[in-house]
Amino acid sequence: MATLAPERRTTAEAAKGVARRAVTGAALPALVASFAVGAIVLLSAGTNPLTGYEALFRGILLDTNLPYLAAAFAPILGMAVSFAIPLRMGEFNLGGDGQLVLGGITAAAVAIAIPDAGLAGYALAALAGAAAAALWAYLAVPLARFGRVPVIISTLLLGFPAVSFASYLARYPLTDKGTGIPQTPRLPDAMHLPSLPASAYVNLGLVVAVLILVAYWIVDARTATGLDLRTLGANLRFGEYVGINLNRRTSGALAASGAIAGLTGALIVAGPPYRFIDGALVAPGYTFTGVTVALIASGRPAGLLAGAMLFTALQVGGTGMERDVGIPRQLTAIIQASVVITFVLIVAVQAYRAKTRAGAR
Amino acid sequence: MNVFTLGFVAAVLIALAPVLLAALGGALCARVGVFNIGLEGQMLLGCFTAVAVSAKTGSALLGVAAAVVAGVLTAVILAVGSIRLRADPIVLAIGTNLLAVGLTGFLLRSLLGTSGTYSSPDLSGLGRLGDTWIGRVPVLGDVFASSSWVVVLSLLLVPALAFFLARHPAGLRLRGIGENPDAARSLGVNVNGYQQAAVLVAGGLCGLAGAQLALGNVQLFSEQMTAGRGWVAVVAVMLGRGRPGLVLAASVVFGAAEAFGFRLQGLGLPQQATDAAPYVITLIALIATSARWRRRPAAEPLPEPTAGSAVEPTGGAR
Repeated sequence: MATLAPERRTTAEAAKGVARRAVTGAALPALVASFAVGAIVLLSAGTNPLTGYEALFRGILLDTNLPYLAAAFAPILGMAVSFAIPLRMGEFNLGGDGQLVLGGITAAAVAIAIPDAGLAGYALAALAGAAAAALWAYLAVPLARFGRVPVIISTLLLGFPAVSFASYLARYPLTDKGTGIPQTPRLPDAMHLPSLPASAYVNLGLVVAVLILVAYWIVDARTATGLDLRTLGANLRFGEYVGINLNRRTSGALAASGAIAGLTGALIVAGPPYRFIDGALVAPGYTFTGVTVALIASGRPAGLLAGAMLFTALQVGGTGMERDVGIPRQLTAIIQASVVITFVLIVAVQAYRAKTRAGAR
Repeated sequence: MNVFTLGFVAAVLIALAPVLLAALGGALCARVGVFNIGLEGQMLLGCFTAVAVSAKTGSALLGVAAAVVAGVLTAVILAVGSIRLRADPIVLAIGTNLLAVGLTGFLLRSLLGTSGTYSSPDLSGLGRLGDTWIGRVPVLGDVFASSSWVVVLSLLLVPALAFFLARHPAGLRLRGIGENPDAARSLGVNVNGYQQAAVLVAGGLCGLAGAQLALGNVQLFSEQMTAGRGWVAVVAVMLGRGRPGLVLAASVVFGAAEAFGFRLQGLGLPQQATDAAPYVITLIALIATSARWRRRPAAEPLPEPTAGSAVEPTGGAR
């Protein structure tokens, strides 16, 4: 019953296909196909797809929505990088939501404890949040090593207690007494991320998110660590054969993935409305938008940037569509999921065609 | 508080049933060599379909039937995509799980006209066996007081699946494929057919699990109400090594944890703590069983099997 053994190898080998195959050829057709799926969903719900899509694009292009676009971009990019790091070596971190809130609540807790420390103090708080989330993501490593639980499952299951724990903290020990809302007190003004000239929603967080991407880009393309990860992603056994320390690389990748998710949470908390609100980090679906972006980009840095822009636009457009014509914004979640599904299907069909063509020769 | 009352057993039964149904489907897939992590999404679509159809038709039975169909239809993506087209099964499953969240959220608003949670007097739930003649039977009546017939079915499926896998020719072929697909293929067994069938059956069972969750355990639909039960089922399959009896034991652990959590809530513990309990206990169960597992391959003579440990993993792991 070898197939039953929850060996990480099966997960890794499955991911290998995605990490290795070219994306460009499949991403665009997948996007087109997914909009078609969305149109079918709209039709079956009794709505004219043109009305829906027109409102969607109007929502994206509307000037007044631009700040929201910029505000959603940073967390989506952050979560995309977070998911991309382990994906690069063929591993899946599906516990992004838990790590995101753990980072946010830890940063809020530390910030409340040192209210007079200013922005430097918040940097410390954000680092604490990143550390907490990194540790939480890292827990999947011993579980995989000693318990043979696939990382994809342990990360996901660890997410639930993390979200519950943060929710508990926001309701009881850290709650803003008197408001009756499950939220922490507002951060002191000095700890708010400074806004960029454009708007209050466009703040230092955007800069940090882009810096995270640049750092990932450099590590991925220019360092031995990045080469190791990509080698493991392309062929795990080969990677181990040439002497890559799999355990060390998995630990590092998951800790880094968690740290970036945690940092993303901390950045959200230091933006408007400047506090941790129960559910506010999870509800917009940053984590799984990030997952979608990273999957269709195969974790490639340039693809992450383009994908994060595209899916941020889609998400913000969906909110505008809901407001304007009353079509539920979950349509964008359907389109997102369809992109993932059609993308892997197209990649598979392309691989099959390439194989038969090679065989015919 | 006495935990070991018949009432507690009854609570465990309804808590474990959805996980058990999904896990039996997962076990079937595991035995035929398919690592199925799409259970969560299929269960969620089952929940929604059961509630929507029951609310529109007033018939719980139609709701259950529609939920099974919805589960199978969702599984078609996985079956055809990953087995026929050889697309990446993990990413495909992530995609279908996301699709279920998006689709149910969208339809909840556009079809049932609400967001968050839907519940309505039109909604016909699965009847409680406690209200039938079974309720008057001593002991049995208390144990199955809040269960529906789906819960009983889920329990009956355990020996049925065990028998099928152990004794039925199709079960034998299925296991053969799981152990060595190439060998099975060389013997003329339709490997893809068996694997696809297993994924579709698992989809149907997940739909049924969703129906029990949304029409039996409660009578409502709320967004993402499966809350990871499909993933717990994946863990139950792993803990139980794909064997129905052991999968049941693993599901009991989860069910007991959830039921115990509800009890603790009654004692004034915050809901967040009890919400987290089932996942924490599932993970601890994983660690506990695997820690024992680690000791097994040691060169020393094997210790006597621990008496009464139902989740003891059997050999042949690698």
